[in-house]
Amino acid sequence: MLNVQTNELQQGATKLGGALNPHKVAAKDVSVYYGEKRALFDVTVNIPDRGVMAFIGPSGCGKSTFLRCINRMNDTIPICRVTGKITIEDEDIYDPSLDVVQLRARVGMVFQKPNPFPKSIYENVAYGPRIHGLAGSKAELDHIVETSLQRAALWKEVKDRLNDPGTGLSGGQQQRLCIARAVAVSPEVILMDEPCSALDPIATAKVEELIDELKQNFCIIIVTHSMQQAARVSQRTAFFHLGVLVEEGATNDIFTNPNDQRTQDYITGRFG
Amino acid sequence: MSTSLLFLIVIALGIVGWFLGNWRARASVGGKTSALHSRPGYYGAYVLLWTTLPAVFLIIVWNVLSPIAVSSLVTAKLPENIQNGPEQARALTMSTVRMIENGLSKLSPEDLDKTADPATDVKALLMSKGAPLAVTPEPFAVDAARYQLTLKNSSQLLLTLSSIGLAALGLAFALFQVSPKLRSRNAVETVALAGLLGCSMVAILTTLGIVLSMLFESIHFFSIVPIQNFLFGTVWDPRFSSAGSGSGGGGEFGLLPLLWGTLYISIVALLVAVPVGLFSAVYMSEYASRGVRMTAKPLLEILAGIPTIVYGFFALITFGPLLRDLGAHVGLSISATSVLTAGLIMGVMLIPFVSSLSDDIINAVPQSLREGSYGLGATQSETIKRVILPAALPGIVGAILLAASRAIGETMIVVLAAGIAPNLTLNPFEPVTTITVKIVSQLTGDLEFNSPQTLVAFALGLTLFVFTLALNIYALYIVRKYREQYE
Ligand SMILES: Nc1ncnc2c1ncn2[C@@H]1O[C@H](COP(=O)(O)OP(=O)(O)OP(=O)(O)O)[C@@H](O)[C@H]1O
Ligand SMILES: [Mg+2]
Repeated sequence: MLNVQTNELQQGATKLGGALNPHKVAAKDVSVYYGEKRALFDVTVNIPDRGVMAFIGPSGCGKSTFLRCINRMNDTIPICRVTGKITIEDEDIYDPSLDVVQLRARVGMVFQKPNPFPKSIYENVAYGPRIHGLAGSKAELDHIVETSLQRAALWKEVKDRLNDPGTGLSGGQQQRLCIARAVAVSPEVILMDEPCSALDPIATAKVEELIDELKQNFCIIIVTHSMQQAARVSQRTAFFHLGVLVEEGATNDIFTNPNDQRTQDYITGRFG
Repeated sequence: MSTSLLFLIVIALGIVGWFLGNWRARASVGGKTSALHSRPGYYGAYVLLWTTLPAVFLIIVWNVLSPIAVSSLVTAKLPENIQNGPEQARALTMSTVRMIENGLSKLSPEDLDKTADPATDVKALLMSKGAPLAVTPEPFAVDAARYQLTLKNSSQLLLTLSSIGLAALGLAFALFQVSPKLRSRNAVETVALAGLLGCSMVAILTTLGIVLSMLFESIHFFSIVPIQNFLFGTVWDPRFSSAGSGSGGGGEFGLLPLLWGTLYISIVALLVAVPVGLFSAVYMSEYASRGVRMTAKPLLEILAGIPTIVYGFFALITFGPLLRDLGAHVGLSISATSVLTAGLIMGVMLIPFVSSLSDDIINAVPQSLREGSYGLGATQSETIKRVILPAALPGIVGAILLAASRAIGETMIVVLAAGIAPNLTLNPFEPVTTITVKIVSQLTGDLEFNSPQTLVAFALGLTLFVFTLALNIYALYIVRKYREQYE
């Protein structure tokens, strides 16, 4: 009974402004230190499911750092220390009993610079499903590879050369291959760190189209330097400045009616 | 004046030229050096080069040509029967003449005049000046020696005058040329470039020279022993042919037992070095903490710095007997020098080689690939097995090939630990011998240089060279191909 009510409430809210989806990722008082240097200051933010959240802010303000906290990629940097609490569906991801490998299977990541493995296109996409045993047979694996490539809008271009090396593709194709690779393991959350910074406008448009489509099923968090891109693809936007989360809200509000002077200055191009 | 003093004088003149050129360049623009085409130092260098280079060139050429000219002039003075006689007799006479001349050069002018008188006892005279002769010289030899001495002295005098003259001339010429428009930098840089080119040619020409000399001696060898007997013979037994003329074919120079020994030991060595080296590289680059890496890496590199002769006598004195005793315990008969002893020790020697090269190659795999793999939920070992090692594989293969070429060319360990018996055997507990060991043993001792016993060393060296060269070229090719992947 109670469930039904909240559901209806949320649906109502969705109709109103798309603001009240259940939270997929929640961060509370997250701080990050690189050795002595503090890079993030008590960041608290809630990120809804089935939508796109954009992080914007001037260079060096800690966007990537925060993104990398969400799949604990910062663990690979020895000097990096994270405090605070991040939960995914109410599960603390920094809990010692949690297996970081399983976490990363649930939280996919697309990097700023395309980084396909020096393997064939097929093997690049099949890599994740293989190590997680997602496919029972060759046919199933073929199917996963094909649908992933289709979702990344790359299938048409590569279907005749699946055995060519992934490193031989163009920069934009490589980035879409990396997206296909991330999608292939069906993560719940996809982190994208400036996925279009190396792409031309056409490839960018394709990736944005893809993000639009992926948000039906996934929770997507994207870091971008392009305000237009944030406005185009995201429903919610967070503005970072010098390691502090200054403001977070519906994308429309942030861009048309920011509360904070710093946000105002940044989006009008006065600094950054 | 001696040649080295001459060099010093020319160089001193050059330095003077440097200062003069520098000064004249400054003076020509009234101290406003920005009006010069080149920095003043280049003008100095320009004058210095003009002063020294032609003179030094002259001195070198003179020193090469003048002994030849002198000796042919002296030979022409010798009696007919020696001039037309056998080559060896002539060489002998000339060396006597040289010895006498050496003694004569120590005499005072009056004593020197006395030697022109056939009645003088030249031997006693020279003896008294501390230049003993083995034989009593014939008068014509003394005359020739005196002639040679005169020629040499006048040649040296001429050289002194002309080289200093040339240096002074060069100095004056270059100094005269100095003007603000003179492109001295370009000229100096051309000379510097030629110098650099010359240095790089030294290595190339040396290699070429060595290869050619090996090639010619090998061809000489193959004219005595047919090449197919060498390449495909299964018996190595060079001793017996030394008595005959060589055409009897008593000696057997079959390469195969040596080649087999070389390859067998190398394979055993690589079986040790490749897994151990590779796994240690994986540990060092992927798992080890900073502290461990900081201490373990230098230690491994120390292992690489141990001279191979030390490994060799360790194998001979400690490891071989140990292996033999161990074998005796379990009922195996292992000889103290064997494939196993040499192979295992050589493997240990190669470990740092394989591991430090592989470590570099694994470290060169971009961090972004690791993150990409972790980001998909791969564990560290999955990442290493499926991404890092495949990406590094071509480079690792290159490293292994380089290690193999070292194993094949390795000498000291096998000389001491592999034995000298040319066996064609599969049993790793028996001694074998290798190409390098046989090169050493064929060249030590007092065999005649032209005998096939000695010449075979060149053929063996050439074989070795071809093998390692092919391996190196292939390894470099693979390593290069790998580099291109990430650029
Ligand atoms: N591996 C690291 N070691 C030390 N300091 C780091 C490291 N990575 C980031 N930092 C520091 O943390 C701060 C935040 O960096 P971060 O990469 O998160 O910035 P960003 O917002 O992503 O910038 P950009 O838009 O340029 O990518 C910076 O001051 C940076 O110097
Ligand atoms: Mg960044």
